Amino acid sequence: MKLAEIFKKKKNPVISCKKCEGSYPESELMKHHMICPDCGQYLRVNSRQRIAMITDKNTFKETDANLRSKDLLSFPGYQEKLEKAMNDSGELEGVVCGTAKIGGVKTALFVMNSAFMMGSMGTVVGEKITRLFEYATKEKLPVIGFTTSGGARMQEGILSLMQMAKTSGAVKRHSDAGLLYITVLTDPTTGGVTASFAMEGDIIISEPKALVGFAGARVIEQTIGQKLPEGFQRAEFLLEHGFIDMIEPRETLKDCLSRILTMHEVKK
Amino acid sequence: MKAYTRVQNARKGQRPSGAFFINQMIDNFTELHGDRRFGDDGAIIAGIGTLSGTPVTVIAMERGTTIEDRMKRNFGCPSPEGYRKALRLMKQAEKFHRPVICLIGSSGAYPGISAEERGQGEAIAENLMEMMTLKTPLISVVIGEGGSGGALALGVADTVIMLENAVYSVISPEACASILWKDAAKAEEAADALKLTAHDLKQFGVIETVIPESEDITPEQLCATLKSELVQEINQKSKLSVDKLTEQRYQRFRKIGS
Repeated sequence: MKLAEIFKKKKNPVISCKKCEGSYPESELMKHHMICPDCGQYLRVNSRQRIAMITDKNTFKETDANLRSKDLLSFPGYQEKLEKAMNDSGELEGVVCGTAKIGGVKTALFVMNSAFMMGSMGTVVGEKITRLFEYATKEKLPVIGFTTSGGARMQEGILSLMQMAKTSGAVKRHSDAGLLYITVLTDPTTGGVTASFAMEGDIIISEPKALVGFAGARVIEQTIGQKLPEGFQRAEFLLEHGFIDMIEPRETLKDCLSRILTMHEVKK
Repeated sequence: MKAYTRVQNARKGQRPSGAFFINQMIDNFTELHGDRRFGDDGAIIAGIGTLSGTPVTVIAMERGTTIEDRMKRNFGCPSPEGYRKALRLMKQAEKFHRPVICLIGSSGAYPGISAEERGQGEAIAENLMEMMTLKTPLISVVIGEGGSGGALALGVADTVIMLENAVYSVISPEACASILWKDAAKAEEAADALKLTAHDLKQFGVIETVIPESEDITPEQLCATLKSELVQEINQKSKLSVDKLTEQRYQRFRKIGS
């Protein structure tokens, strides 16, 4: 597939709310932080929308934008899935990385994208995030990461599983250098991403009601043979059990990040 | 041999599990219990002992033998407490400059309500981070089924060895088939596609060594071969400076999919 085709995204598409089916142009929803003006439902946010919502205007510089996945295992149907994902998302992979300013403070930033194969982590997602942490360690920058993922990408087999270790190693080096890492968990964050860099932040923030867990609900239900209680694996459940620092609404998230970043500014 | 046959071999009820390997290879084994946070997970047996005279810390998944034992050990599926016990004892090994041996073999981390409530994802993530910089040699061996993140949580090592009939995968072939083709019966195809055998993994550079399992090999012989391999690996890794050791461990994973 040609790059031009992938990036030929529709301008200002109309987006419908999954809950109340109200439809609005993207530009209108962005004014409301991608929250449905009719029913208050949090709509799924793609990488570019998130970057626009969270960073200071015109400060985002993308890194490793052209890394593309290869079908390393010759896995049946993977090539077609990748092309469909590129087409659906207008992106080459499931994470966008770069640097930006938030409230005037420079930070490294990665934003996963659930529109690309459910944000699954293959070797390219792992590699981009690892490179970002290595860059941030070298440049003494904090890292802010927005997670959304169904877990490791099974079409890349064991190589995708190993990305959990690879990214965790890079997070550890960044941490040992005394640098700040904030994760923002968004709906849904599960599997191998939860069991690696999503849970490794110094400060872990979640969006309200985001689904966050290791095992999938269906797998747990099959194991225990009963339905799961309402609210299980939601952000509020994680807060109650002590696994996240806070739940922050979209309207105030940028202020919150900016406040925390300012308190951790590194004197070079 | 077909990939799915390997999967079935790895899962066989009578296949020796962690405790058997410890019994065969480790002298003076002294089991140590508990994560000092919540409880003691029977799915992971851990402790100290000597390997050909060298003190080591051993952490092993154990599926259990009798029905009662299997239930007590949750069929070898660790809970967060198990991973936290493992990390506690790895840190202890670091303090006393003991090498660590991890034996991996179960279908994976326990997918249950209690495990989620107590942070299964966080427990695994913490191990991945901390093992990467642990200042003592770490050798992992996949002895049975290496089930996804729950296996990797004991698998961030300087050297990873696999028995020939062990498998190591991001997802079980049944789950993979049911997600991709809505048909768990296509597990055989999924097992092929996932490239989960020891020989596949060696080709990818994900593991270093395959210990052959011929049809007539006894479990005792297999343990003896593994033991001499472990002695050799630990001798080699113990010669490295801590900086060199941890740098090599980082690069070992860094290069995968770069």
